Amino acid sequence: MEFFKIKHDIPFMSYGRLTTTISLVTFIIAVGAILIRGLNLGVDFTGGTVMEVTYAQPANVDSIRGALQSEGFDAAVQHIGTTRDVLIRLPVDEAGSDKVSAEVFQVLRQQEPSVKLIRVEFVGPQVGQELYENGGLALILVAAGIIIYLSLRFEWRLAVAGIIANMHDVIIIVGMFALFQWEVDLTVLAAILAVLGYSVNESVVVFDRIRENFRKLRKASVTTVIDNAITRTMSRTIITHFSTELAVLSVFFFGGEALHNFALALTIGIVFGIYSSVLVASPIAMYLGVSRENLMPVEKEGADLPEHP
Amino acid sequence: MNYPLWKKLIVVVALVTGILYALPNLYGDDPAVQISASGGGQVGSDLGKDVRALLAERGFVPKSEEGIPEGVLFRFDSTDVQLQAYDAIRETLSSNYTVALNLAPATPSWLASLGAEPMYLGLDLRGGVHFLLEVDTQAAIVQAMERYVSDLRTLLRDEKIRYLTVTIEGERLQIRFRDADAAEKADDLMRRTYRELSFSSSEQDGTPVIYATITEATLRETQQFAVQQNITTLRNRVDELGVAEPIIQRAGENRIVVQLPGVQDTARAKDILGATATLEYRLVDEQADVAAALAGRVPPSSRLYRSRDGEPVVLKKDIIITGDQVVDAASGFDSQTGEPLVSVTLDGQGARRMSDTTRDNIGKRMAVVFIETKTEVRTVDGVPQRTTRKTEEVISVAVIRDHFSKRFQTTGLDSPQEARNLALLLRAGALAAPMQIVEERTVGPSLGQENISRGINANIYGFTAIALFMLVYYRLFGVFSVTALAANGVLLIAVLSMLQATLTLPGMAAIALTIGMAIDANVLINERIREELRAGMSPRTAIDLGYQRAFGTILDSNITTLIAGIALFWLGSGPVRGFAVVLCVGILTSMFSAIMVSRLLAQLFYGRKARVTHVSI
Repeated sequence: MEFFKIKHDIPFMSYGRLTTTISLVTFIIAVGAILIRGLNLGVDFTGGTVMEVTYAQPANVDSIRGALQSEGFDAAVQHIGTTRDVLIRLPVDEAGSDKVSAEVFQVLRQQEPSVKLIRVEFVGPQVGQELYENGGLALILVAAGIIIYLSLRFEWRLAVAGIIANMHDVIIIVGMFALFQWEVDLTVLAAILAVLGYSVNESVVVFDRIRENFRKLRKASVTTVIDNAITRTMSRTIITHFSTELAVLSVFFFGGEALHNFALALTIGIVFGIYSSVLVASPIAMYLGVSRENLMPVEKEGADLPEHP
Repeated sequence: MNYPLWKKLIVVVALVTGILYALPNLYGDDPAVQISASGGGQVGSDLGKDVRALLAERGFVPKSEEGIPEGVLFRFDSTDVQLQAYDAIRETLSSNYTVALNLAPATPSWLASLGAEPMYLGLDLRGGVHFLLEVDTQAAIVQAMERYVSDLRTLLRDEKIRYLTVTIEGERLQIRFRDADAAEKADDLMRRTYRELSFSSSEQDGTPVIYATITEATLRETQQFAVQQNITTLRNRVDELGVAEPIIQRAGENRIVVQLPGVQDTARAKDILGATATLEYRLVDEQADVAAALAGRVPPSSRLYRSRDGEPVVLKKDIIITGDQVVDAASGFDSQTGEPLVSVTLDGQGARRMSDTTRDNIGKRMAVVFIETKTEVRTVDGVPQRTTRKTEEVISVAVIRDHFSKRFQTTGLDSPQEARNLALLLRAGALAAPMQIVEERTVGPSLGQENISRGINANIYGFTAIALFMLVYYRLFGVFSVTALAANGVLLIAVLSMLQATLTLPGMAAIALTIGMAIDANVLINERIREELRAGMSPRTAIDLGYQRAFGTILDSNITTLIAGIALFWLGSGPVRGFAVVLCVGILTSMFSAIMVSRLLAQLFYGRKARVTHVSI
């Protein structure tokens, strides 16, 4: 079975203007969403308290909120999963002390003795700040690491093109989270970093082909070389993304609430990863002036010629 | 088409080892009761026998008994029996033992003898509490400075050097003298006595002044020691909770991670762990008039305190000893009178100071001040501000009956309950510096179990979906790929079990993700083979070339993911770290299995036939 039997190279590079426009528009929307709506940062980053409790009968969120309010807790109360499970959030200034969760649970128990505590997360404001900073640092480090690796393995033009394509993905993930106000917690950060590492694969695969093509298709123009490289790797790109997405979807559907946003971030990353590695990275590499000469020194390694033809 | 023997052997050895070390994960756990000595000591050799006799007497039949490094472990068939046996053992054994419920891996002994163990589950999977505590090392330094103030006064007085005042001034101590002669003598003496302080002479308002600063090295040492001492105290407190495998670790400069798997009563855990308190022993100012003090006229060398029930007491400002000089405090009964008492043991320095104080003050009263630190966060102008509120209470006032030093007893307590409480407070106060919980994550046991099944489901469905797709799309090479993928799963679990890295829920998601990503290598290879076939290569050459040409690309694309994984491991914490570990290990195992394992299968299938005319791909 084969989905992609493409006889002729698709002239991707001639769509450069169109794809760049699309990228620019999504990019602007994403950045706009981040700037205007801001991120809905989870307790990991803001600090505060999150409690999950479960009741024997369906719980009335309003009466719980009322009971907490009368005790002076400014809590956000909502159902999670079923009507018997309730999620309570307390902002950092209300939940500054680790004692708060115990006090809140006391109030809930007085109101309804059958309540059971499922989970508590308390993060002090300073720890939240640190987790936030470390997250940002990790993002920068990964980007730098990838640039360095790609520059060593290929060439700076491709490295820059690869990382721009990747950052494009990251910005779009973050933008989507801002636009829909999905909560960003540590697992989302982990997903973004995984996307950063994973999505650059696509660029690597295409770049590998570009390099190989420069060697094989001696007479071809840069555009033809790139078009051919993309066309030849497209089948693989779509299949691998599809199978990774299968895994991510099963995490989304079966992995439970805690991994929801994680899977969501990965899904966005994977979908846009296909697009950006093909239609963002390569045009940028071309604009930056990638040429046969740039990639020649690496070619001399000649590592992948068969030993026993 | 050739594939050297040594490569085949590597694959076989890796797979056999992988299966062996992944196996323990299939056996599950036994409910067990673990008995160990409190405070990390050794258990007596008879303990196992005693407990066995007790269990036999009560009619509980343990499934098995085994010696573990910490003590003894009894396995039971059901949680019911485990709980009943736990209660029985706890009632009977003395408080020198810590009895804890545990889930012991039911690894068969032949596997255990190979060192094979199941993966170590994180708190989000097994349930329990995670605390991150921050030690206020600044408070430890202030405390050290106060001790120096007191010590310097004593030293100068003992040596009959006249001084005006000894005070704390910011980061340093200020000692003022009446004349230059005294200052000079004091300077010489102090330099000889306190090598950990650096001194500088100066003049202020015409009187000579010496400034003493704690050296950088000593400051660091004080902070280190404060954290270390808190860790020790936490260990003792955790013993009280009866947790089977607690983790108490230093995290960074001034933080401590406490993980208590299986603990459900988090409020109690927090009460016991979070009691941040210090102690001070001070003399009662017998000359002071309490009524005058209440009206605001407190003698300059004294301060007004209140006891637990609001009784005012005037105490001297000089601290005799602080909580960190208390080594032990235990309640008991006087062997003669049967009266409840608390016996206190001090360290060498504390003993010396106590000896000096009590020698001259027999018949006078001594008080213990219990200082509790509570932290509140309030929003000031929209910015959360952390304020620390200190409550100081006198918990005991007792007459010094005799000259004593290292060991002494407090009697005259109303009830054994009161003695116990006082001992508990004294022990709680034996902390170098206050700490506070800066992060807490509690996972109930049912959620842990649920998370495990969620993680397993996500993996099973993910794997099945990918396997089906690969089989349909690549046919026989799909079989090779799926086998390689399964091998990857086994190897990944085996390596994680060997490393005993903590498996968390994000870690389980990472297993699913690496399986999804691992297929990438196989797709690259298979697509390459197809392409070579299309280019008119003979089947065997196509397979050879496919594997060879794809290798460079596989390496490149995996290394970038590895970079992300390493950064996450380095900067991530808790569950995210678990994700990073799995991601990194998964990349390595997937490269191995995609390249080596599937290649071996292709070789076995196509390498033997004399002629290959068609490749099923």
